[in-house]
Amino acid sequence: MVSELINANPIVYEKKERRARSMPTAVEEYAVEAIDQQEVFDILSLQLFWITFTPTVEHCSMATIIGLCLRVKLSRSLPSRYKVDIRVAPGSHASESAVNKQLNDKERVAAALENPNLVDMVDECLAPSYN
Amino acid sequence: MEFYEGACELKLLQTLEGHTDRVWSLAWNPATGTAETPLVFASCSGDKTVRIWEQNPSPSSSSSSHSSWNCKAVLEDTHTRTVRSCSWSPSGKLLAVASFDATTSIWENVGGDFECVSTLEGHENEVKSVSWNASGTLLATCGRDKSVWIWEAQAGNEFECVSVLQGHSQDVKLVLWHPTLDVLFSCSYDNTVKVWADDDDDWQCVQTLGEPNNGHSSTVWALSFNKTGDKMVTCSDDLTLKIWEMDSTSMQSADGYAPWRHLCTITGYHDRTIFSVHWSSEGIIASGAADDAIRFFVEDKDGLVDGPSYKLLLKEEKAHGMDINSVQWSPGEKRLLASASDDGAVKIWELASLCTGQHVLPSIKMFYLSIYHGHLKSHQSVITFFLGQSSGNGY
Repeated sequence: MVSELINANPIVYEKKERRARSMPTAVEEYAVEAIDQQEVFDILSLQLFWITFTPTVEHCSMATIIGLCLRVKLSRSLPSRYKVDIRVAPGSHASESAVNKQLNDKERVAAALENPNLVDMVDECLAPSYN
Repeated sequence: MEFYEGACELKLLQTLEGHTDRVWSLAWNPATGTAETPLVFASCSGDKTVRIWEQNPSPSSSSSSHSSWNCKAVLEDTHTRTVRSCSWSPSGKLLAVASFDATTSIWENVGGDFECVSTLEGHENEVKSVSWNASGTLLATCGRDKSVWIWEAQAGNEFECVSVLQGHSQDVKLVLWHPTLDVLFSCSYDNTVKVWADDDDDWQCVQTLGEPNNGHSSTVWALSFNKTGDKMVTCSDDLTLKIWEMDSTSMQSADGYAPWRHLCTITGYHDRTIFSVHWSSEGIIASGAADDAIRFFVEDKDGLVDGPSYKLLLKEEKAHGMDINSVQWSPGEKRLLASASDDGAVKIWELASLCTGQHVLPSIKMFYLSIYHGHLKSHQSVITFFLGQSSGNGY
């Protein structure tokens, strides 16, 4: 890991608020749970996840490792049938097309994830997300 | 042989389980599939093993759908990382296996048992593909170190490196020898296909098929030749297949190397990266892609007005539960296809001609998917998911 911060004062984006789900309040055997249309749509439509992330500086040397972390986190959390495309936001990185190409080449990702040092780094980055 | 749209159906004969990680690649033993020798193929996987599968010579083999496949051997404890690719020698006696552990191993079939008889070292890191030439005297390997190596097979299962070819600017995904000539083809993450030939024991790049000459605009993952070797098909991350033709009328060099030229592009059919393509001896092109579908294309004989074109014969949606990494036609008489996937399974299919009736595609599902894709493309910038809110499980 780098010893000094590349960008000491990054722009921190707000997390989108989680949509409230309708839950039955009464716990009774024959309680009817209303169909949550939004939830049904979510489940049906998400064949593909299109992830866009914005590096804090356009020469961010960690862009590929951040992308790799996103990919690993999603592959561990989602059913295997889902497809995931990961890209940096358009115009946000000096090597945008090279970063995007590498992040979406599954052979290179597979090879990277057989590298113990890289896996350690990814696990370290992801550790807070499992708390 | 003529094919008509809807006049074929794809029958799943068997799903072979055994690998515990994604299956990357398949190779049929070219010396099998005769009256005496049942069909054999090898599959290799992220689980670091190769599995050898053999068709049961069942008594009721007149009906192919009843013949079954067994795993005859598991080649393990040799490679320490993913086994990416494998290739049989033309005689079917040797199997070359390329691994991310930077080595290529050579296995010999000794009375049904497979023994590792040689290990080829030299690549700096991941070896991604291996291929034997038509006579079995030369072996090619390629990998992430951007190089292509040519090895000469010598007596006693010794292999000597005769050339290290530099030329690609990025990792090399696949190498394949021409079916009859000692001309080597390599395709790469640098979006090009390079053609390598031997001029007085000096191997060099004789042609680069890139974007300027109608080539691909993203990673080229695989290529395959037609039966006679005068045409080639390439597949890419740019979602197209491209057909190339050997231009034997304009000999470029004194040694008679015939350059290749772009013939046509099969575009608009694939939704995600095409990882594998294989041209059958009958002229049917099969493709396997990251959209989990297998597609079949044939030359469209009616469309010669604007030059040669190819049409979709059949599309099998959801052929696997995940990306399809390899599709390979079997040798022999039956029109069998093996497919390998990230879902860890290998499937054996038969492409059967139909006398009557039509293959009915799951039209509702296709309709739904097309709406979905349309929706997605028009809202790419809007559909931005962040970790922690994209799914209800695990957070």
